Amino acid sequence: MKFLKDKILEFRPQFEKGGKYEKFHTVFDGFSTFLFTPDHVTHGGTHIKAGIDLKRTMFFVVIAMVPALLFGMYNVGHQHFISNGEFLGYGEGLIDKLIYGAIKVLPVVVVSYGVGLGIEFFIASKKGHAINEGFLVSGLLIPLVMPPAIPLWMVAVATAFAVIFAKEVFGGTGMNILNVALTARVFLFFAYPTFMSGDTVWIAEKADAYSGATALANSIAGSPGYSISDMMLGFIPGSVGETSKIAILIGAAFLVITGIGSWKIMLSVLMGAAFMGLVFNGLALNEFMQVPFYYHFLMGGLVFGAVFMATDPVTAAQTERGKWYYGFLIGLMAVMIRVFNPAYPEGIMLAILFGNVMAPLIDYFVVQANIKRRRLVRA
Amino acid sequence: MSKTIKLKKGYDIKLVGEAQQQVVAAVMPKTFAIKPQEFRHTKFKVVVEVGTEVKAGTPLMFDKAHPELQITSPVSGEVVEVRRGDKRVLEAIVILADGKTEYVDFGAASPNQLSADDIKSKLLASGAWAFLRQRPYNVLANPNELPKSIFISGFDTAPLAPAVDFALAGEAAAFQAGIDAIKKMTGVNIHLNLHSSKSKSEVLTQAKNVTINKIEGMHPAGNVGVQIHHLDAIKKGERVWHIHPCDVVIIGRLFLTGKLDMTRVIAATGSEFEKPQYYKTIVGAQLASVIEGNVKAGKVRIITGNVLTGTQASAEGFLGFYDQQITAIPEGDDLEFLGWLVPSYPRPDISKSFLSGWFKNRSYKANTNMHGEERAFVVTGQYEQVLPMDILPTFLLKSIIYKDIEEMEELGIYEIAEEDMALCEFVCTSKIPVQKIIREGLDLMYQEEQ
Repeated sequence: MKFLKDKILEFRPQFEKGGKYEKFHTVFDGFSTFLFTPDHVTHGGTHIKAGIDLKRTMFFVVIAMVPALLFGMYNVGHQHFISNGEFLGYGEGLIDKLIYGAIKVLPVVVVSYGVGLGIEFFIASKKGHAINEGFLVSGLLIPLVMPPAIPLWMVAVATAFAVIFAKEVFGGTGMNILNVALTARVFLFFAYPTFMSGDTVWIAEKADAYSGATALANSIAGSPGYSISDMMLGFIPGSVGETSKIAILIGAAFLVITGIGSWKIMLSVLMGAAFMGLVFNGLALNEFMQVPFYYHFLMGGLVFGAVFMATDPVTAAQTERGKWYYGFLIGLMAVMIRVFNPAYPEGIMLAILFGNVMAPLIDYFVVQANIKRRRLVRA
Repeated sequence: MSKTIKLKKGYDIKLVGEAQQQVVAAVMPKTFAIKPQEFRHTKFKVVVEVGTEVKAGTPLMFDKAHPELQITSPVSGEVVEVRRGDKRVLEAIVILADGKTEYVDFGAASPNQLSADDIKSKLLASGAWAFLRQRPYNVLANPNELPKSIFISGFDTAPLAPAVDFALAGEAAAFQAGIDAIKKMTGVNIHLNLHSSKSKSEVLTQAKNVTINKIEGMHPAGNVGVQIHHLDAIKKGERVWHIHPCDVVIIGRLFLTGKLDMTRVIAATGSEFEKPQYYKTIVGAQLASVIEGNVKAGKVRIITGNVLTGTQASAEGFLGFYDQQITAIPEGDDLEFLGWLVPSYPRPDISKSFLSGWFKNRSYKANTNMHGEERAFVVTGQYEQVLPMDILPTFLLKSIIYKDIEEMEELGIYEIAEEDMALCEFVCTSKIPVQKIIREGLDLMYQEEQ
């Protein structure tokens, strides 16, 4: 490492203002600060700083997504083979399934990171500011919320749209209103609906005879059509990362234990969904309403959204009390959209985007309550 | 009416280099200095020049807005420098000590036999008034106003802070005389706040003429700002004064002996002191007297004050007017391979993503590395963990950044000083300069009020 460190210190001046490669400062800075935490020391303010920084925070979220990603790759293969009547057992053809899934999923990851980081680097060097770490997370979230059969060019277009219009126009990481990865998904959903819904997209290269309908689509008729254990473990068709609740919960536990993700939001989303599910169970006006409320956790991307997307601190409510309202609202809306909009049964995506838009309003009320309390106590 | 306050939020940063409880008389430094920059928002007129002979208690400068408010010399000797910086900003008045320390005689008298006005003029004439500070803004107390209450924090929760109990040992008479003087002069309630389990000194627990409150909690529970918030919150236009217990002793001595004796026990702390211990020295002393021969080799940062709120200094620097502590920690100007992911040495943090977040009782050797780069606000809920006040820190900071005065008022800027939110700056993932922003907000509010 000494060699690398010396090289960085040797070349650094050339990338600084007035240096030979001044133009590439952002790129150099991006890579060198990734390899080595910079030698910057405190000036004014506190003389010591905690060890945590945005790189670590974002990278921990990436680590938390790895179980869902690995299982997702397996499941893409698994679904493909069983649709063709091959390797019907979970453990059969494990290697084939993983390799097939990797061939389908990894290119999406590469395209998502490539396009997103490319744009980030370009804009950062134009504006002359440092590369922000936010896209480390968005770049992996995007592949995980895509259907396995998504064409790569769509991933590229959606990523570019999301990074530019959901993030950079607002000023970059920390300034955006909508979750970047969800913006990419919602863009595809409205621009190319046939690639984002229906029975054909959830299994890569599905055999025509095989149904391939998701649990949510089946539920319109009153039953998800998959066993509870299959839905819990994730052996069902769906977006790459959303199917295994176990893999997602492993990630959730990691986020909560390390304090990186807000348990308040995760819990309140689930509470909101359970509440709405129970209300519907009570009303029981159509078949979907009669689906037991806990099935909502097992179907679709509700848990994935609650753990990895609703908890995005930039687009969530920023007050501690507001986080409860925000999460509850998302859970409630997600189940409501699922049940009332059978044309597109997955509601968590739109519910989180709705929550993102409402978050500043929620915060506004929490702040006003604080102000009112101060007036009363101090009066 | 005495109260007990339990604070759950906060964080005690435990560092290596706590001062051993032994007092060493510091070598009498050759030079002393008063640094006018320490008294924020006060414009001074200097009344001495190079060559003026002074005694301990001789006026060096006075506040242009309140000419009766003087800052006086801590020792006897000769003024050798009136140091000015950019735009002729007054930086320091340096005095070459004669080693004898002659005092101006202000006359010994029991505060109980003096009138409020006599006490006030004695404090102003001797310069001891300057130990009284005012919230909001953390500035010198205005002699033309009366506060609604006065706060004394009897314990310090800052990293490696000196034990107030220890520094006050044997000063019971002077401490009580100081309290009596302030009480007689103002007539308002004096809150003496003690830690519910750690404050044991009888100097504090047996003090009279005060309301003793018990506070339980981690840093910043020892800050007067937090205590005022919970005991007698400030609203617009109100004033609360505060003073450090060791400075109450200096005021007490003034009445017991008639001399302004600014002798103080300070703690030399931090991992880079060979022997972290307490020193008996005088306000304004040149730091070399404490540092020389006691600081380890290598790149070391000397700080007057603590690691959260202190000021960077060198051996040629001087102990500040309000400083009770000097800290020496290693500089951290080194690249660290994947330091953000796999730290090569343990560092203090509240984040549970580090082992240190789980082992809060371990002492760490912290250095001055930023451990990352400044970013926009991203992570939420961090500041709230270390601010035991009913204040929304992020929203207050944002209102300051976009200079919305009304919102700053509503969100509680009057109740905050930089030091109260120093921990927020320490824990911040985005490395936001919280204290700087708070100071800008306070400066803006102060100017609005003038």
